[in-house]
Amino acid sequence: MTTSTTRRALLLAAVLAAGAGFATAAAAQTSIKIGYVLSRTGPNTGGAAVTTLPNYEMWAKEVNDAGGIKLGEKRVPIEIVAYDDRSSAEEAVRGIERLINQDKVDFILPPWGTGLNLAVGPILAREGYPHLAATAVTDKAPELAKRWPNSFWLLGTSTGAAEALVDLLVKLRDEKKIGDTVAMVAIADGFGIDLSTAARPALTKAKFKLAYDKSYPIGTQDLAPIINDVKALNPDVFVAFSYPPDTLALTEQSRIAGFNPKIFYTGVGTAFPLFNQKFGKNTEGVMGIGGWSGDSAAIKDYLARHKAARNGAEPDRWASAVTYSSLQILQQAIERVGKVDRAAVIKELQTGSFDTVIGKVKFENNLPTRYWWVGQWQGGDFYGVAPAGNVGARAAIVPKPAWVAP
Amino acid sequence: MTNAILTGLMLGGMYALIAMGLTLQYGVARIMNLSYGEVLIAAAFGAQGLFTGWALSPFAGLAFVIPVAFLLNLAIYRVLLSPLVRRARTRDALEVDSILATFGLAFILQGIMLSMFGGAYYSYSYLASPVHLFGETIAANRLAALAVCILLGGSLYLALTQTRGGTAIRAVAVDPAAAQLVAIDVARTAAFTFALGGALVASAGVLISTFLTFSATSGVVFTMKALIVVVMGGVGNMLGCLVAGLLLGVSEALVASLIDPGLTLAVNFALFLVVLLVKPAGLFGRASR
Repeated sequence: MTTSTTRRALLLAAVLAAGAGFATAAAAQTSIKIGYVLSRTGPNTGGAAVTTLPNYEMWAKEVNDAGGIKLGEKRVPIEIVAYDDRSSAEEAVRGIERLINQDKVDFILPPWGTGLNLAVGPILAREGYPHLAATAVTDKAPELAKRWPNSFWLLGTSTGAAEALVDLLVKLRDEKKIGDTVAMVAIADGFGIDLSTAARPALTKAKFKLAYDKSYPIGTQDLAPIINDVKALNPDVFVAFSYPPDTLALTEQSRIAGFNPKIFYTGVGTAFPLFNQKFGKNTEGVMGIGGWSGDSAAIKDYLARHKAARNGAEPDRWASAVTYSSLQILQQAIERVGKVDRAAVIKELQTGSFDTVIGKVKFENNLPTRYWWVGQWQGGDFYGVAPAGNVGARAAIVPKPAWVAP
Repeated sequence: MTNAILTGLMLGGMYALIAMGLTLQYGVARIMNLSYGEVLIAAAFGAQGLFTGWALSPFAGLAFVIPVAFLLNLAIYRVLLSPLVRRARTRDALEVDSILATFGLAFILQGIMLSMFGGAYYSYSYLASPVHLFGETIAANRLAALAVCILLGGSLYLALTQTRGGTAIRAVAVDPAAAQLVAIDVARTAAFTFALGGALVASAGVLISTFLTFSATSGVVFTMKALIVVVMGGVGNMLGCLVAGLLLGVSEALVASLIDPGLTLAVNFALFLVVLLVKPAGLFGRASR
């Protein structure tokens, strides 16, 4: 008896809730529902927790503190729905489907990493949601942007990354600052394979001597053999297309072995605040993928806000600022359209120009026109040094200063 | 060549260190502990917290982490696992049940660490200075880990073979039913050994945190590595653990510098396969039944 009463009461409550739902849907937009699926567990967590999640949370709070997103004359708060994709592509696609069909979100923020952005691309394209991929580096970007006009690839292509690096090396060689022996290692996983495949022909074409060119499996726990072999070859340039744990291990091992080439370049993770915390003074002169215009007022302000919002934690100096900018771009596009009209927002993204912390962004064929590809630690910040034509590019410090005892 | 062997020995020492606790937990207490790697990572976080918060050296931190890990593991065994032990009719049944229970425990531990530390990578520098040995340069923290591993492994081996308590532990490993007949308190010995294994893996976590980058979700890597070493060395055998670990480490380093660093995993698994084909019970294991 009691249970059936309870059940009836629950049913009644459910019906009422459903009715209320209809009522709000029929009335004017009172909130904008924004959903995202992010790797909160599994192997992608380390990247997502530094680059993506802090920016999503910080942006949502900032927008709501300011009263929300401006739709026409009034401001509408945003409401966040978030799921964990457990670092798996299937889970990410399922999460996005759920956001679209069940939660009926108005906009979707992308997952972290190249693989997951590629995985959720088709469904976002099919359902017509803007897709601002801020953490994907892929050579397919121009092709995908054409196939999925709703998608924007803010980090560019691995060929772009490799060629910008080689251009910098050529310039430094012309200035007689470095010789022409290069040692290259890469992780045997998506990022490392893509980048080394793009760098190899570019280096050969520029007549560099590739003295060492090997890959190592993901999860390798001791990189000392690689550093010892490379050190014996005494190259001018060391290039590692590595992931965060290996970036730290290769740098540490090089310091211990006293391997100090004129150019020391490592991959993902060089731009992480952890890198600076761990190596302190020894970061000086280390190059890596990414970088930002550390001298610009917008970046300084972003860094200060990020630290204030995240209990002192700093953003990474590459994709973090790009991720935050992608959110600013989305907000500005929605505000210019003035209503939740995804097709119009996509059109605005394609044609408009946007003010962000990384400067003015205007997409051409759904790709930005400038990227930071090589950064260098100089005096405790990771400044962009290449392409040299970018606003705020610093001159590279070459040769890299010697390692000091920690 | 000398360098490759030296780095290999240090890598192998680390593998052995990671696996020693599991060989006790699996070999004696018969708990196939899948939350093993998470315990290791928890200890690494503990060491990192003591180091960054109180500037306490990880080696001094061991004095704190080891007893805490021992007590926590004892509690885990008493609360979570002893009901399974009581219920299990055979050792095989206990193995299956413990796999399921500790699989769940792994997620709980990982969830706690994720909520406390977030998903980001952690790393700090301790004893990251060069040491010159046989004309080669190696990292002091890795050398220290190898030394502690040999010390712990050696003293445990002696304790297990030379003392009365150690003999009791080995008796339980070989035949728990018969051990009861000679007045060995099997339940107690198993609980003690499980907790000892937990303390060992915690000390491994502390040492490893001085040179490896870790995050709340990287535990499973260590569980897998430990499992390979334990099975290869012979379940429950300390010496086997040490030999298997060193063998894996040296072969990995040799292949990396003589052939190609891309083949290290392949060599690891090839070696594992060969050992299992030739000696299915592991290098030092005795075939049971």
